[in-house]
Amino acid sequence: MKNAQSTTTRVAGRIAAGVAAAALASTMLAGVAQAAENGKFRVGIVTFLSGPAAGPFGIPSANAAKVIVEGLNKGALPAPYASKGINGAEIEAVIIDEAGGATKQVEEFRNLVQRQKVDAVVGYISSGDCLAIAPVAEELKALTVFYDCGTSRLFSEDTKPKYSFRTGLDAAVDNIGAARYLAATKPDITKIAGIQQNYAWGQDSWHDFTLAIAQTMPKVKVVENQMPKVFQGQYGAEISALSVKKPEVVHSSFWGGDMEAFVLQANARGLLDDATVVLTCGESALDRFKDQAPNGSIIGARGPFGAFAPKNALNDWFVKSYTDTYSMAPTYPATKMAQAILGLKAAAEKAGGGNGTVPTADAISDAFKGSTFESVAGTVKMDRADGHQAVQPISYGTYKYDPKTGKATIENVMTFSGDCVTPPDGTTSDAWIKAGFPGAKCN
Amino acid sequence: MLSFFAVLIDGTIYASWLFLVAAGLTVIYGVMRILNMAHGSFYAIGAYTAASAIGWYFADGSGSAGMSFLILIGAALVAGLVVGLAVERGLLQFMYGRDEILMVIITYALLLILEDGMKLVFGVNPYFAYQPYTALGRSTIAGLKVSNYDLVLIGIAITVGVALWAWLERTNLGKILRAVIHDREVARAMGVNVRRMFTLTFLIGTTLGALAGALTAPSISVVPGIGVEVIVLAFAVVVVGGMGSIEGAAVGALLLGLSRAAAVHFAPQFELFVIYGVMSLVLAIRPQGLFGRTLARKI
Amino acid sequence: MRLDKTELALIGLAVVLLLGGLFAAPGWLIFLLTVALAKALVVQGVVMQMKAGLVSFGQGLFYCVGGYAVGMGGQFLGISAGLVLLAIGVVAAVVLAMILGLLMTRYREIYFAMLSLAFSMILYGVLVKSQELGSTDGFNVNSWTLLGQTISGGEQATHAVFVLTVIAAAAVAFFLNRYYRSSVGMTCEAIRENEVRVEYLGLSPRWINYANYVAAAAVSALGGGLTALATGHVDPDMAYWTTSGEFVFIALLGGTGSVFAPFLAAIVFSLVRTYAIEFLPNAWQMILGFTLLGIVVFLPKGLWSLFTRARVDAPVSAAPSSTSNTRTGGARA
Repeated sequence: MKNAQSTTTRVAGRIAAGVAAAALASTMLAGVAQAAENGKFRVGIVTFLSGPAAGPFGIPSANAAKVIVEGLNKGALPAPYASKGINGAEIEAVIIDEAGGATKQVEEFRNLVQRQKVDAVVGYISSGDCLAIAPVAEELKALTVFYDCGTSRLFSEDTKPKYSFRTGLDAAVDNIGAARYLAATKPDITKIAGIQQNYAWGQDSWHDFTLAIAQTMPKVKVVENQMPKVFQGQYGAEISALSVKKPEVVHSSFWGGDMEAFVLQANARGLLDDATVVLTCGESALDRFKDQAPNGSIIGARGPFGAFAPKNALNDWFVKSYTDTYSMAPTYPATKMAQAILGLKAAAEKAGGGNGTVPTADAISDAFKGSTFESVAGTVKMDRADGHQAVQPISYGTYKYDPKTGKATIENVMTFSGDCVTPPDGTTSDAWIKAGFPGAKCN
Repeated sequence: MLSFFAVLIDGTIYASWLFLVAAGLTVIYGVMRILNMAHGSFYAIGAYTAASAIGWYFADGSGSAGMSFLILIGAALVAGLVVGLAVERGLLQFMYGRDEILMVIITYALLLILEDGMKLVFGVNPYFAYQPYTALGRSTIAGLKVSNYDLVLIGIAITVGVALWAWLERTNLGKILRAVIHDREVARAMGVNVRRMFTLTFLIGTTLGALAGALTAPSISVVPGIGVEVIVLAFAVVVVGGMGSIEGAAVGALLLGLSRAAAVHFAPQFELFVIYGVMSLVLAIRPQGLFGRTLARKI
Repeated sequence: MRLDKTELALIGLAVVLLLGGLFAAPGWLIFLLTVALAKALVVQGVVMQMKAGLVSFGQGLFYCVGGYAVGMGGQFLGISAGLVLLAIGVVAAVVLAMILGLLMTRYREIYFAMLSLAFSMILYGVLVKSQELGSTDGFNVNSWTLLGQTISGGEQATHAVFVLTVIAAAAVAFFLNRYYRSSVGMTCEAIRENEVRVEYLGLSPRWINYANYVAAAAVSALGGGLTALATGHVDPDMAYWTTSGEFVFIALLGGTGSVFAPFLAAIVFSLVRTYAIEFLPNAWQMILGFTLLGIVVFLPKGLWSLFTRARVDAPVSAAPSSTSNTRTGGARA
């Protein structure tokens, strides 16, 4: 090194100075971030703050996180979460943007854990991000709660998770639930079509749905499936192609702006006069559809969330606080975020330690594993993937708009218990559906 | 047979949308040699402004379809002119003469700034401004139900295309602009105020982008990120047609629109590739695009 | 072998980085540097073509090929040796570039940019369609070995990739420095200035561009492979046009003045971005946009001109080639 330095030219000296300055500046900034850490329980919240997923998912989630964290810090929540903060320590939320792809998210996850020294990370809507983050979470021994992403591969590939948990449900559950709901409410239909966004989410959803419908409604024929590019917005040709085949039910895993645009265009073009649409993520636009979604459209919320959440003191508090602050009711992503944070609090407090102390990631994950906790969406059992994956019921219902009040409600709600729609441990959802749901316990 | 007919209708509707989206881009490139990455942002700003205006107009639950069209166009004009002028006067005018690629980067930085700027102004909640779209109802053509709004869109696209063409080919100002396109330096030597022409062109380009967004807003849900999605599509249209050519953009839009509709109906598996496939194919056969001029090789 | 000043500086800097990284820097910074340096290799590929006057808006194609080769080699071929995986990526990219190059070298300017973008997007489409490869979710890179040592997570993995990346970056920069001074490298610049005159000299710009295109692909694929090893995950976004756009952006940020420029630009870009995300999570793109705009406006030759400006007497700025630079003279501090 000495040798190198003695021959370093002026230019190199400047480079070295530049790099050193940059490194110095960054460590100084890091110092600022760490200085704020004074016995608080710091939680990294990662969700979409920009891009197409921000409006329907990211912002409601971030808002829910703010409502819950503020409520917990004041000790305003009803039992069993009436105690202040987490384990008595004040919660500090660090919210960052999930946009930008998996490589960037891995980098930002490391920054959260190693630079911002968060005690836990709650987040991730994109399945690609979850898949990339899970091994890093294990590597850094950082407690991570995935609250929304739906990929079935999360815990089947990463077989022995210790520090990562998922409080949201597997996407296969959405589509098994949808198939069961159709079988129960529309047993006579014969022609089904689909429209999905052409990426992993849409492909997997359609795959699971067609497998499940073949089991629950063997007479049904799939007449058409369209796979437009994600965020396309214009579905003229797709709607024509679907109309030509005259389906009775159109299944769609669309979400966000795509879903709203599709429903608007399909309704205006008359497709939805003759066919009922099944929207697995439909609840997230409940307040916006107005008279543009036909009454009777079947909508889901990826679990017992949002408008489907059961009536209990926790949810009453949550809906009221959320509505007071943001002047609209929480949609399903908001409920899911609230559930994840409550799960984290329950586990951390179960892990114990003196009042005001932050338990270690090991202690919290041991307590989290296989636990049962109360959430805004009812009781959650961490009952799959060796105690790392939540099991909950899933609900579907039909859309009903009242033009007088301008409010939409959900009717004909049907709830399928967790064990009715979730494959047991050791079986992939694929194999479970194909085998005809062995061991399913339906209510 | 019905499918074939549907391809024609769907393709034409999609093509008119593509043309509206791409027209502003090609005008700006043709005259100013700026590949405007921020074009999508003007589209999005137009969409947001229009959706807000429509929301305000229909706030009490009533309104007429004709008036709502005027509002859409008015919103596009306001958005395109105000933001376009701010960007041109505030930034671009200091950059003229820079390398073409540097201009790409400057407009890319602009795209990043405008994306977040829109978020700060309009928030991230979706805007739904469907009233003009549904108010016009639908018609049934040969068994296919078509939204009348989409048919009006075809008319507007044709009007915009013809107007642009007539303006460039038949008016004095158009002739001056063509002189600038042909040889900027000679035009300047002949006494053309090239800078003023640039300002004018940029405003026309941004207004066209905003118009495309405003006219699209009623049929979609206006959310963050819609602008980024249209940039590559607009580029594809312009490259297929030949950079800077209005008739090229029209033909390119038609070619891509029909190809895509055909793929959706007959080979949905290829829908994802069709735009880029057609673009590669056209460029492989005609490296300058369909209507692009082959540049003289200057020594 | 005689080393010039740049090369000595390069070696010195690599050693400083390695020592500093291994003994002083926190984990997140090592990772940030690793990814920034790996991406800077892709940027080097962009710069190589930029020197010949071509701007690739599809360099993500080779970045993605390099990354997927590492992922798929481990997942499907059962290869675990990290260096072999990287080599497979480079070879795959070279083969692909040799085929595409036959077409690409016929194009210039914006048409080159758009055609390269189209090819990259076609690969993106193919990967999105491939459900067995996880579609847009991509898949994780298995644990791998380096010179017989198994690398599977932990600090050891972070350090191993860091060392590998610094060495690869230094080696590539070393060769690029020589390449730019070789007759082929010089001819590339001549092609950018005036292609017809190069033809008059009896050289074939097309084949020189071809060789340059293939070499750039190899360098970019190496960057992709290293990124895949570092993040442990690959997905089709690597081939999406915005990824390629980012590479062009970083290239212009640094400028084409030196082999150091892409590295410096990539590190600055990453640092600005990560702190913008931390402090202004709702407006980080805007901060990034303003920073980049500022750099482009006030340093049109890129960040690197900060380091060359001291030598005003150097022939670079005396060249009469650019009339536009004088316009911004007043704005410079």
